[in-house]
Amino acid sequence: MSATGINWFKYSSPQALYPLAGRMIPWFAAVAVGLIAVGLYVGFFVAPTDVTQGDAYRIIFVHVPAAWMSMFLYVIMAIWAGIGLGLNARPSFMMAQAIAPTGAMFTFLALFTGSMWGKPTWGAWWVWDARLTSELILLFQYIGIILLRSSIDDLRRADRASAVLALVGVINVPIIYFSVRWWNTLHQGASVTITAAPTMAGSMVTAMLIMMAGFWMYSFAVTLARMRCVIVERERQPSWGKPASIPDVAEAR
Amino acid sequence: MQWGSVAEFFSMGGYGLYVWPSFGVAALCMGGEILAVWRRHAAALASHDES
Repeated sequence: MSATGINWFKYSSPQALYPLAGRMIPWFAAVAVGLIAVGLYVGFFVAPTDVTQGDAYRIIFVHVPAAWMSMFLYVIMAIWAGIGLGLNARPSFMMAQAIAPTGAMFTFLALFTGSMWGKPTWGAWWVWDARLTSELILLFQYIGIILLRSSIDDLRRADRASAVLALVGVINVPIIYFSVRWWNTLHQGASVTITAAPTMAGSMVTAMLIMMAGFWMYSFAVTLARMRCVIVERERQPSWGKPASIPDVAEAR
Repeated sequence: MQWGSVAEFFSMGGYGLYVWPSFGVAALCMGGEILAVWRRHAAALASHDES
C-alpha cells in the first residue's frame, strides 16, 4: 500500500514483504479497532438526531465509509494492476489480488446499508437510480475480476488478465462519484466534498470521518493479511521452482 | 446525549429495524472476512509444510 510511505522497491520481494506485513498488521488492526470504537461512540452518543431523517440517518456512519472504501480500494487495486502490467512486477499483481475481496465486501456493505437507509427515507429498498446502479456494477466488476483470476490456471496469465479487467473497469469509479451530479438521482449529493463546507452538523461529520479512517486501517490490515496468504499459496506453485521457506524466514526475523 | 433509556437507544427513534441490521451486517462482514483470511493463512501454511 503506497499510502504507508514505505519504499516498496526495497521490500518488493515476497520474501521480504511477508514478515514486514506481519509486523504491520497488528498496528493497523489496533488503530482500526480504536478508531471504529470512537467513531461509533461519537456517531451514536454525541451526534444529534437529524431534523428531517430522525435517527435513520445514523446509517450514514457505516454507509458512506463503506461506499468510499469500495471506490478507493478499486482505484488502488487498479493502480497495483497497472504497475504489475507495466513493470511485470509479481508483488504488484499479488497486492491487486489481495485487495479485490475486501473491495467486494465493502461494495456489498454499501449496497446493503444503502438499502436499509432507502426503505425508511425513500420508501423503497432499491431503485434503478444512477448511483445505485453504477455501484451495483462495481460489485459485479469485483466479482468478475475475482472469478476471472480463479478461472485461469496459469498464474502469469491470471495476473495479467485480471489486471487488464481491473484497469478497464476503473472508468466506472468517476461515473459512480459524479452520478449524483450528472443525472437527476434519487440518491442525495455528496455530504462532504473537498471544495465545499459539509452539509451536516460538525459531530456528524466527525463521526463519519473517524469511521472512514477506521475502515482505511481495517483495509490495510486485512489486505496485508491476505497478501501473506497469497505469498504462501504462490510459494508452493510449481512454476516458482523449489519451495522457499517463507515461514522459516519469517521466524528467523 | 439524547437517549433517555436503553430501550430508547435500541429503538433508534423507531428506525432500529433499519439502523441495527446495517451495523450488524457490517460487523458480520468484517468479522467474517478476518476469520476467512485467518483460516486461509492457516490452510496455506499447513499445505506449504506438507509439500
